[in-house]
Amino acid sequence: MAINEETVKQVAKLAKLEFDDSTIDSITKELDQIVEMVEKLDALDTEGVEGTYHGLPQTNVWREDVVQKGTDREDLFKNVKTRKDGYIEVPAMFDNGGSEA
Amino acid sequence: MNLEPVIGLEVHVELKTDSKMFSPSPAHFGAEPNTNTNVIDWGHPGVLPVVNKRAIEFGMRAALTLNCGIADYTKFDRKNYFYPDNPKAYQISQFDKPIGFDGWIEIDVKGEKKKIRIERVHLEEDAGKNTHGDNGSSFVDLNRQGTPLIEIVSEADMRSPEEAQAYLDTIKQLIQFTKVSDVKMQEGSMRCDANISLRPFGQEEFGTKTELKNLNSFNNVRKGLEHEIVRQEKILNAGGILQQETRRFDETTGETILMRVKEGSSDYRYFPEPDIPNLKISEDWINDVRASLPEMPKERQSRYINDYSLPEYDAGVLTATVEMSDFFQETVDYAADPKQVSNWLMGEVSAYLNSEHLEFSETKLTPKALAEMITLIEDGTISSKIAKKVFKELITNGSDDVKALVEEKGWVQLSDPAKLLPIISETLDNNEQSIEDYKNGKDRALGFLVGSVMKQTRGKANPGVVNKLLKEEMDKR
Repeated sequence: MAINEETVKQVAKLAKLEFDDSTIDSITKELDQIVEMVEKLDALDTEGVEGTYHGLPQTNVWREDVVQKGTDREDLFKNVKTRKDGYIEVPAMFDNGGSEA
Repeated sequence: MNLEPVIGLEVHVELKTDSKMFSPSPAHFGAEPNTNTNVIDWGHPGVLPVVNKRAIEFGMRAALTLNCGIADYTKFDRKNYFYPDNPKAYQISQFDKPIGFDGWIEIDVKGEKKKIRIERVHLEEDAGKNTHGDNGSSFVDLNRQGTPLIEIVSEADMRSPEEAQAYLDTIKQLIQFTKVSDVKMQEGSMRCDANISLRPFGQEEFGTKTELKNLNSFNNVRKGLEHEIVRQEKILNAGGILQQETRRFDETTGETILMRVKEGSSDYRYFPEPDIPNLKISEDWINDVRASLPEMPKERQSRYINDYSLPEYDAGVLTATVEMSDFFQETVDYAADPKQVSNWLMGEVSAYLNSEHLEFSETKLTPKALAEMITLIEDGTISSKIAKKVFKELITNGSDDVKALVEEKGWVQLSDPAKLLPIISETLDNNEQSIEDYKNGKDRALGFLVGSVMKQTRGKANPGVVNKLLKEEMDKR
């Protein structure tokens, strides 16, 4: 078995998803089957074949450093549930460590 | 047990582009919250992030300056995590193909030089900013979201908080000279996380490390590391076992506080960013960027010493910041005497900037004006005493023509003997006793007479000329 219950629980936690135990059981089976199917590719000899990092053949798609005004805040805030003084109000974050960036 | 600290630093530097890393919204500091953002920054469905070419070039400038190799093939990846300042729920970063790799810089701790290796320099986007309220809410401003960043990851080559601080100082100085960032820790355009572990001296293997966050000043980096060394030492010396964790430095207590037990890299579920095609960086482009790099502090120092005969101390002070160094160079290029320029910059100019908390660009002083003023002192047009007044005027109000300014203000030194002689004769007529004292070898009498002439000319007389004329006139009597 490539996927077990522990893996599913860990991935669910990282993705902030909650499942009850019976669902976890069926998800584990389904994911395991998917991984098993993908693992069939291991049968192929890929010795000397270069890895694929991207699905598109283009490279160097970029723009010049030119500014455009931001989107109107009122438009953006149509998707914001709670706001205060131009800020997005969210439940307090206890970890207080700031972002990962 | 005697334990040796092993320290590695991750330094984030915000790049000074006009627009963001992957969107054209403004990458400027200080706007109304959530006004410098657009649908790409917010990760709306169907938007397409496109790389800012200048950010790539700035990343290359920084990486080359840190003696890194530049990848001929580089790509972006998604780093997945949930946090309110990260609206896409992933950060576009670089995982296994960073733009720069295998660099190094030289640090200097109390005269002892050491090479610190740099593992990688990669490009990524910044997150938004959270303000933590006290009523159960946090407030998010996404203006910073998407600002280009480089992350500079050192090898674990540092062995003390002092070395870590010297490393940061050097990174800041070098990046500042490339002008790709303001590198100001107090404004957040330079940020630092530290990895620290302890091991018995002589042991090759690393101990369990702690990642320290919230080190938002040079002092806090040192303090946080010092505290963490003591904390880990206590646990290890008591026979305890450390767990790999992320801790936050608390400025008010000077302690580190557990934030979370660290996720592994696999928890971020990195995968290639499908929206952004890969980049091929040509040899020509790398060479062009390399050729455009400015002269770095070390080279400038040796040039100042060799070409301008400046003391090593002056060369060091003048190259501490790129603003100072550029200002010095431009002033000297106006044909002012290098040592005089150095004296003014290290003396009056630095004192003024420090006391007023200003930077060069925030004053009215220009290299041309400083050069003109120094020339006027040298040719005797103004006295060094009056020069202080002139300087104050130049730095607060500025001037395009210092000569015209001192003439207009009546600050020109009186050096013409024809104009000074009548005053001198009158002074001598009124002070016959002083002449006698002088002839009897009392030097103080001469000083008194000079002072008297200076007083009558309201400080404008050239003291050297007055001195000479007084002696000549007294000899005649």
